[in-house]
Amino acid sequence: MNKFDVIVIGGGPAGLGAAVEAARLGARTLLLDENSRPGGQLFKQIHKFFGSKEHYAGTRGFDIGENLLKEAASLNVVLKLDTRVWGVFPGGIVTAYCGEKGLKFEGKTIILATGASENVLSFPGSTLPGVITAGAAQTMVNLHRVLPGKKFVVVGSGNVGLIVSYQLKQAGAEVLAIVEALPQISGYAVHAAKVKRAGVRILLSHTVKEAIGEKILEQVILCKLDSNMKPIAGTEFTLDADTLCLAVGLNPRVELAALCGCHLIYSPVLGGMMPWHDENMCTSQSRILVAGDLAGVEEASTALDEGRLAGLSAVQKLGLRNFKEVDDEMQKIKDRLTKLRQGPFGEKRQLAKQGIISMKIPKESCL
Amino acid sequence: MSKREIICRCEEVTKEEIIQALQAGDTSLEAIKKRTRAGMGYCQGKSCKRLVAKLLSAYLGMPVAHFLPGSIRYPVGPVTLKVIADLDLAGGKENEN
Repeated sequence: MNKFDVIVIGGGPAGLGAAVEAARLGARTLLLDENSRPGGQLFKQIHKFFGSKEHYAGTRGFDIGENLLKEAASLNVVLKLDTRVWGVFPGGIVTAYCGEKGLKFEGKTIILATGASENVLSFPGSTLPGVITAGAAQTMVNLHRVLPGKKFVVVGSGNVGLIVSYQLKQAGAEVLAIVEALPQISGYAVHAAKVKRAGVRILLSHTVKEAIGEKILEQVILCKLDSNMKPIAGTEFTLDADTLCLAVGLNPRVELAALCGCHLIYSPVLGGMMPWHDENMCTSQSRILVAGDLAGVEEASTALDEGRLAGLSAVQKLGLRNFKEVDDEMQKIKDRLTKLRQGPFGEKRQLAKQGIISMKIPKESCL
Repeated sequence: MSKREIICRCEEVTKEEIIQALQAGDTSLEAIKKRTRAGMGYCQGKSCKRLVAKLLSAYLGMPVAHFLPGSIRYPVGPVTLKVIADLDLAGGKENEN
């Protein structure tokens, strides 16, 4: 009853992509997600995607999510929601719970697509109500239609910071400034131009020194940074804001991978600690595959394709289909991924990924 | 207005307390955790682990990667004993789902 060819943990773009491909090629597939709705961050993404047609250019994130869900349902992927996985044990045993009930599943292969968590900063006042992460702001505004504040300061000029600022403006909030510690904008120029046109100023070489408020956030003290990223004394100034939104990157959620015994490596470009994987998304543990932000923080399009790749790779491992046939499909996805990782931002990730794939890692026992 | 800077919000451990632990000779996430309880709360270090690793890195002059990921143990996330008891992990009868 609880035995599957492929168990996918995490139903974001990577997990959905993996489940759809595995099921399409005949694997009995289970998809577990801790949320009441699958899709991960896709349902927060109300903007249109870039890229080619295969990558849903011009489609909005939530529509991609809906289409994947329909596809998964038509392929008889067993979907268990509100189900949180707390362990993966030898023999491919996955332990989870739904409400108060403990559950146990067994998978011949397991694809971890647990995503990433948001980084935070600490400064005096960083725990005041009103200091939130960009993901929280996006969830509140785009999913629940609740504006968490009126006057925002956003920290971080990566794509998340830029897009969230724009969406906050669209939702009727005032964005006083985007604060960036680096001397240049971290995200795409096209997003930056959009927020600038909307009247948001981007303060480069600046950081938050302190958040001030009696019970909730009332003021943010900012200061300038020198070329060594050290605060310059006497450059402090104050903005009256009720919400400070942190968009300072993400780090892969490696807990399950680490407990599975997957060899971990550190990649600053891809978000920090992450499980090592080969070009087919296989980890150092023969039964375990990874995909998406867990396998290096990128974005939804690459996550989806990595998921598809992992799904096919699992099918290949299981020997369910002609090896060569699956291999050809995998090659197509690999080519697409290479195309996605182009340009000044993508190239760095491409190099980081290549570095990881070509790494020699110790052979470990199989789970 | 206090200038307290909290690093671990679950256990309310301040930056000052982490620095004191470093000065007392702690050289790992594990050691700091045992002294201060940073990372021992409900979220199991999801946000503070990286912050503590950064402080370790700055204090000891070693890369952040040296200190991560720290100790990771089952269960991932808070789990009731009933959830574990439901499983019959030793084998035997299957749960009916």
